[in-house]
Amino acid sequence: MYVGAVFFPLLGACLAGFLGRWLGEKASQWVTVLCMALAAACGLGAFAEVALGSAPGVVPILTFLDVGGFEVEWALRYDTLSVVMVAMVTFISTLIHLYSVGYMSHDATIPRFFAYLSLFTFMMLMLVTADNLVQLFFGWEGVGLASYLLIGYWYERESANRAAMKAFIVNRVGDLFFMLGMALTFWTFQSVQFDAIFDSVSQAQNVQFLGMPALEVIGVLLFLGACGKSAQLGLHTWLPDAMEGPTPVSALIHAATMVTAGVFLMARMSPLMEYAPVALAIVTIVGAATCFFAATIGCVQNDIKRIIAYSTCSQLGYMFFAAGVGVYQAAIFHLFTHAFFKALLFLGAGSVIHAMSDEQDIRKMGGIWKKIPVTYLVMWIGSLALAGVPIFAGYYSKDMVLEVAYAAHTPQGMFAFILGLAAAFLTAFYSWRLLILTFHGAPRADHHTMEHVHESPAVMLIPLLVLAVGAVTAGFVFYPLFVGEAQLEFWNGSIHTAEHNEVLEHAHHVPAWVPLAPTVVGISGIVLAYLLYMALPALPGRIAGAVPGLYRFLLNKWYFDELYDRIFVQPARVLARVFWKTGDARIIDGVPNGAADLAVQAARGAVRIQTGRVANYAFAMIIGLVLFVTLLLYGAR
Amino acid sequence: MNAAGFPLLSLITFLPLAGAFVILTIRGEEAVLARNARWTALWTSLINLALSLILWVRFDTASADFQFVERLDWLPEFGVSYRMGVDGISVLFVLLSTLLTPICIAASWESVESRVREYMVAFLVLESMMVGMFCALDFVLFYIFFEAVLIPMFLIIGVWGGARRVYAAFKFFLYTLAGSLLMLLALLAMWFHAGTTDIPTLMETAFPRGMQYWLFIAFFVSFAVKVPMWPVHTWLPDAHVEAPTAGSVILAGVLLKMGAYGFLRFSLPMLPFASQDFAPLIFALSVVAVVYTSLVALAQEDMKKLIAYSSVAHMGIVTLGIFTFTHQGLSGALFTMLSHGIVSGALFLCVGVLYDRVHSREILRYGGVAKIMPAYAVVFMLFTMASVALPGTAGFPGELLVIVGAFQVNPWVALGGAMGMILGAAYMLYLYRRVIFGKITREDLRALLDLSPREMAVFAPLVLLTLWMGVYPTSFISFFEASVAALVSRHEAAIGAARLAGM
Repeated sequence: MYVGAVFFPLLGACLAGFLGRWLGEKASQWVTVLCMALAAACGLGAFAEVALGSAPGVVPILTFLDVGGFEVEWALRYDTLSVVMVAMVTFISTLIHLYSVGYMSHDATIPRFFAYLSLFTFMMLMLVTADNLVQLFFGWEGVGLASYLLIGYWYERESANRAAMKAFIVNRVGDLFFMLGMALTFWTFQSVQFDAIFDSVSQAQNVQFLGMPALEVIGVLLFLGACGKSAQLGLHTWLPDAMEGPTPVSALIHAATMVTAGVFLMARMSPLMEYAPVALAIVTIVGAATCFFAATIGCVQNDIKRIIAYSTCSQLGYMFFAAGVGVYQAAIFHLFTHAFFKALLFLGAGSVIHAMSDEQDIRKMGGIWKKIPVTYLVMWIGSLALAGVPIFAGYYSKDMVLEVAYAAHTPQGMFAFILGLAAAFLTAFYSWRLLILTFHGAPRADHHTMEHVHESPAVMLIPLLVLAVGAVTAGFVFYPLFVGEAQLEFWNGSIHTAEHNEVLEHAHHVPAWVPLAPTVVGISGIVLAYLLYMALPALPGRIAGAVPGLYRFLLNKWYFDELYDRIFVQPARVLARVFWKTGDARIIDGVPNGAADLAVQAARGAVRIQTGRVANYAFAMIIGLVLFVTLLLYGAR
Repeated sequence: MNAAGFPLLSLITFLPLAGAFVILTIRGEEAVLARNARWTALWTSLINLALSLILWVRFDTASADFQFVERLDWLPEFGVSYRMGVDGISVLFVLLSTLLTPICIAASWESVESRVREYMVAFLVLESMMVGMFCALDFVLFYIFFEAVLIPMFLIIGVWGGARRVYAAFKFFLYTLAGSLLMLLALLAMWFHAGTTDIPTLMETAFPRGMQYWLFIAFFVSFAVKVPMWPVHTWLPDAHVEAPTAGSVILAGVLLKMGAYGFLRFSLPMLPFASQDFAPLIFALSVVAVVYTSLVALAQEDMKKLIAYSSVAHMGIVTLGIFTFTHQGLSGALFTMLSHGIVSGALFLCVGVLYDRVHSREILRYGGVAKIMPAYAVVFMLFTMASVALPGTAGFPGELLVIVGAFQVNPWVALGGAMGMILGAAYMLYLYRRVIFGKITREDLRALLDLSPREMAVFAPLVLLTLWMGVYPTSFISFFEASVAALVSRHEAAIGAARLAGM
């Protein structure tokens, strides 16, 4: 069962990928769905056994490396933290596989798509069940590869290729730090195996590295790695572009699972992070900044998928600052509920795009809610959950995240609390902006498109409805286990809370206005969106006209892409040409080529002496003889 | 006599030479001659591969000693003998050479049409010399093989190469020969000092500290050109671009390893002080190699040149690993050498597949190949990922170990080496995107055929090895574990003893 949960998707990927041509489209897509369903069954079984039954364990597979004490094993680590992720990933991936059967039905290379999707799931599962940093890195890079392949799935589109490359390379920047973090971990602990690291954290507290505490440096390096994968401020630029991929991919990879890997890493390394307060402070500040920054951009974007992508970026910020204040449980809880409602929103958006004949611009939508009622309903549920309206999943987790930020009683915690609250307002605002512009008002699409608007087939709607149930219930069902009364027993040591860390305890006793605040700002965000886009639709344009600078600043995503292009991409290009044309061709090659030229010139000179006339040679010989004899005579004297 | 019971290493070394003689004796019509030459060469190299697999099976991985040793007196009065043997450091390179040769011969099956007989002879002679070089346990013998490798390679580039083949061949020859002359001087100096050219004996000989520096410089010049290290790397892109596909495969796969092998066999064990003191210089050159050549690769417009520059960057990782003198760094360097032998060879074969069909290496000439050659696109993707050291492929374990090893010596050096992760991804994906992805814009590309069964057979062993090395590297690392451990402890002992004496 433990092995099956991880390796069934790989089996599916291999079958569809290598035998897809012989199996045919139908067979290969259903075989991957079947493998995923089996994996999900195993995953849920493992969840019941390991998390609810408190029976963690490690399944060893193979020795990867053993070089002078640098020991790495392939193994599956099953504790509550990993099994929560395994169950969530397999479950959501199964639904998305099923949805893709409908969504991708007109595609030309269906087996390839399903092979990639299953490969991704396998890599993600390897990541979450890793027993050491190297295997985690294997999954980490593996999901990066799958993401690259899926973003560039429609490889004939130049924009998709560019986005895929950007995603891979920006992720690699993060991975560089991850790699160095791994090396430093080995330097500090003489091991990269989790248990060995966690057991010796207390001894390592005084280890210094380059004049800084080694634990802090490890924490920062790993966090920088996490920034790449989880699109935190600075390394976030790839995520919006990644929306070039097919919509189920955006739902699975760029919302529910892969981008949350960074948060998972923080939680996994919690025993170490707990002793790296400076690193945690950095995590909090960057997370809070990201959550606010992405939300501001989300308010002005017009591509339905990009809005949700920025929303994802913003929600990841929430998860990070929850981890940053030391309550990894809340981070994972928000990760868990977010997976349901964000996958739901993306798949709902996919259903809208499907209905609108591949239109993604919300300015060209509107007035379609009666034609696609089920999609409309699930988008409402997803948005309610995202905005944190009571009883929906997001309410429990987002409230918890903000409460712990407040309860941390630190400056950075307060900073996170305030920005988080502001972002909650913006979140509600852009969610309803999206809902209203997409579904309400007068139709803005052309007549031809409007005629074709239709509800999606059942194979797409069933996953939507299942996710909708999750988006409603995941909050209150799992609240007691993840962050409530039973959390200590539930996590069973897989998330470490240091003795000095009582933030979670404090979070249950914050002033009464704190839990109320997110709901209030959320609802006021909804009201504002209603006023601006439903009641007074002329107003948004005038506001944008009134502050053109700010509007353009937001629309152009704070000019991050342009900045990076200036300071990294262009200089690299110039440098590359200079090194090649001047460095290699002129200077380095110039020396031997110059020497060769010199030799040739000298030889030409020598050639001139050889005239072929005997008289000349005889003359030269006589001169030589005279010189020789003279020397001899002088020598004899 | 040795573990095989017969002179196995000599057999592996000289069997291809015998095959070459057989081919030379074939007479007949042009077409028949070519066919016979191809089949004879293929069978010779395959039998040789099968023989060399005995090494894989019978090699005792627990021992750091030389195994399968053979010894004959040659010039006893000068202390020179014919001595062959392999230890953990060299054994896998023998296998790499015997594996790549049949692959090269199969890859040239159709693409070489003129002077087929001579071509096959050149390859078999080349195999002989490569294997001999990795097996030689006598310095004179080593030097002979080391130099003799140049001759067939010079001919392969100069006769069967591209348009500027003569320039490239001369550049290749002169660069490497100039380096080797200094090695000859070093050889003589060592012989005067120790009175023998027996490598195991030389390893035990303690050379005076002052002498070590001079010897190190002589070796360094010779090996650095072979590796090649920045800034003596420019012969490599030219040689690669002009060489025929199979020539590039051997050049990248085996010949580039000779320099690093030389460092491991001579510089490190025989000259510990000089190695220690010159390490910062090597680090600097290696990091420059990684960053500089990766950037240069980014600007290339010729597929082969791009991969050639990427080789220089990867070899930078190797030299970096060697001079960390740590267990991880050395193992990582050795593993990177092996994986680079497989992966860059495979990448050159990938370029060759397109070149055979379109006769152009220009990147912009292509685009949208994935649509018409899906199997090829998958194979190329795998090797691209292996080249950027994606975990699960052959490139990763070596790079990881080198960075872990370098980190213990100097974290900034590790950072510099790790920059290759980003830049490597940039130039390889940029190449892949322009060649494989995109829309087909040129009509003649639409008619391309996907991989033929022969090409599949050429790629199959490389694909398997790439994945095997990536998923279960232990089975390769275990070969050189003991030897590397011995090397590290001997180095530390030598340095430690000197420190004690100095105090």
